[in-house]
Amino acid sequence: MPPVLELRGIDKSFGPVQVLHDVAFSAHSGEVTALVGDNGAGKSTLVKCVGGIYPIDAGDYLFEGRPVQVNDPRAAAELGIEIVYQDLALCDNLDIVQNMFLGRERKSGLVLDEPTMEEMAERTLAGLSVKTVKSIRQLVSSLSGGQRQTVAIAKAVLWNSKIVVLDEPTAALGVAQTAQVLELVRRLADNGLAVVLISHNMNDVFAISDRIAALYLGRMAAQVKTSDVTHAQVVELITSGRSGELGLNNGSGVAS
Amino acid sequence: MANATLAADDREPWTSRLRDAGFWAEWAALVGLVVLVVVFQVLNPTFLSTGNIASMLLAAAILIVLAVGQTFVIATAGIDLSIASTMTLGAVVLGQAYSAPWGLPLSCLLAVVAAALAGMVNGVIIAWGRIADFIVTLGMLSAASGLALILADGKPVTIIDPALLALSTGGLGIFGWSFVIAVVVALVAHAVLFHTRFGTHLLATGGAPESARAMGISTQRVKIAVYTISGTLAGLAAILLVARIGAAEPASNTSFLLNSVAAVVLGGVSLFGGRGTIIGPVIGALLLVALVNGLTLLGVSQFYQPLAVGVVVVLAALLTRFQR
Repeated sequence: MPPVLELRGIDKSFGPVQVLHDVAFSAHSGEVTALVGDNGAGKSTLVKCVGGIYPIDAGDYLFEGRPVQVNDPRAAAELGIEIVYQDLALCDNLDIVQNMFLGRERKSGLVLDEPTMEEMAERTLAGLSVKTVKSIRQLVSSLSGGQRQTVAIAKAVLWNSKIVVLDEPTAALGVAQTAQVLELVRRLADNGLAVVLISHNMNDVFAISDRIAALYLGRMAAQVKTSDVTHAQVVELITSGRSGELGLNNGSGVAS
Repeated sequence: MANATLAADDREPWTSRLRDAGFWAEWAALVGLVVLVVVFQVLNPTFLSTGNIASMLLAAAILIVLAVGQTFVIATAGIDLSIASTMTLGAVVLGQAYSAPWGLPLSCLLAVVAAALAGMVNGVIIAWGRIADFIVTLGMLSAASGLALILADGKPVTIIDPALLALSTGGLGIFGWSFVIAVVVALVAHAVLFHTRFGTHLLATGGAPESARAMGISTQRVKIAVYTISGTLAGLAAILLVARIGAAEPASNTSFLLNSVAAVVLGGVSLFGGRGTIIGPVIGALLLVALVNGLTLLGVSQFYQPLAVGVVVVLAALLTRFQR
């Protein structure tokens, strides 16, 4: 099966600074693809290119095998690409339903169609087997970090999305909540979505990912099956861009 | 009676709520109103006479309309300091148009349009010029009252019109038409704030502007809309004001500005935006009117009234620190 998302030869510069060099990346339905890399490796830039926040300078953006133009976040959302940023973009003063539908509310006539929205939210949360939330009319400010992450993820999958990108979903969470969120991430993939997980945590990456893509100084060092590599190899890819046969060749332009 | 969306998960027994400072903060205006009514009634039995209730409700009408407008602005974490002088401008426009003479309906329409335009100018400058709302509306406070003075040439216009007279004297039982209009405004405002897409976007803009923008909400458009709403309601209040005093005066109505903000604060609306109700400020407005009315009935000098209002408002603001 071809990947649902495939990027080839992506370049991206900000003024004189080239952040992404000839990056290739793919994500498959039903799989968790971990995107790893050190700070400044270009993970966030790559994700923002996927989400249409940064238009790409050069390269091919293929969605379900077709080349597409994704020049703004709306275009990405229309394709079914949802990105959950680290700050989650939740409004504390609104409740779960209001947050899940924020900016895309359902209406009946002039007023909000609360029953439909509640039902859709309820169904989405049930589909993700989320049981930790007491009431979908709870204010988001009353939720724990893990629950907030859950709401942000549920918000992303509410729209029959095909690809969900999660930017360090467990970075601010405790042990138990991390386990819960990881379980949820795995379930998204098992439900048939393509999940891209940005993470610094090797344990998380090896616990739930099917593939690992390692960025090194703006280049894709390697994209491999998780079962084919060891912990140490991935750490080497992140820190030096190569590991044995894997990774960037010498003289590929990376200063060494 | 709090808005259902914000309080839907509160299902603990009410007794435990009584020990919760947050509960008292949320309902400060209602509790204060009940206490004031009881105290004034004990001290002077005419306080709760039909005539006095009717006159209090009539007096509250203008303040309720202004407080509702102010609530929309404050819910986006802004403030409209020009609300009272915009009302003055609206009143003067009404007076000039009426004596032109262009007839009452057109004059009223022009008053509302003029005030709405003033509000929209506020909103556009705040949203696009990225200037603090405090400064912009402070400027409009001065500009609108200046414009009112210029238009009226400093002179009041007496307006004797049967329709306006009916507005200020007729009504449904003890509810004068002005008060009925104010209640309708409040009901519509409640529906807009809690049951429309715009209302949700407004609360999102006030509570978490970054998140709202990330979700594709144009916070600038929301800002322009709330100041326009505030101006429009100031125009409506201008009609009620002209009906009440029978004249269009270019006088400044500073106490209406202070009281509109005070009613909103008393009503438990967060000055940081994103939280609030419509019923709260309405009760806040009733409380302020009851306070002034009761003190007058008791023969307390007028000079003490601003002092009393100030103390009550600051106490209410202190209470909001305990808000959940």
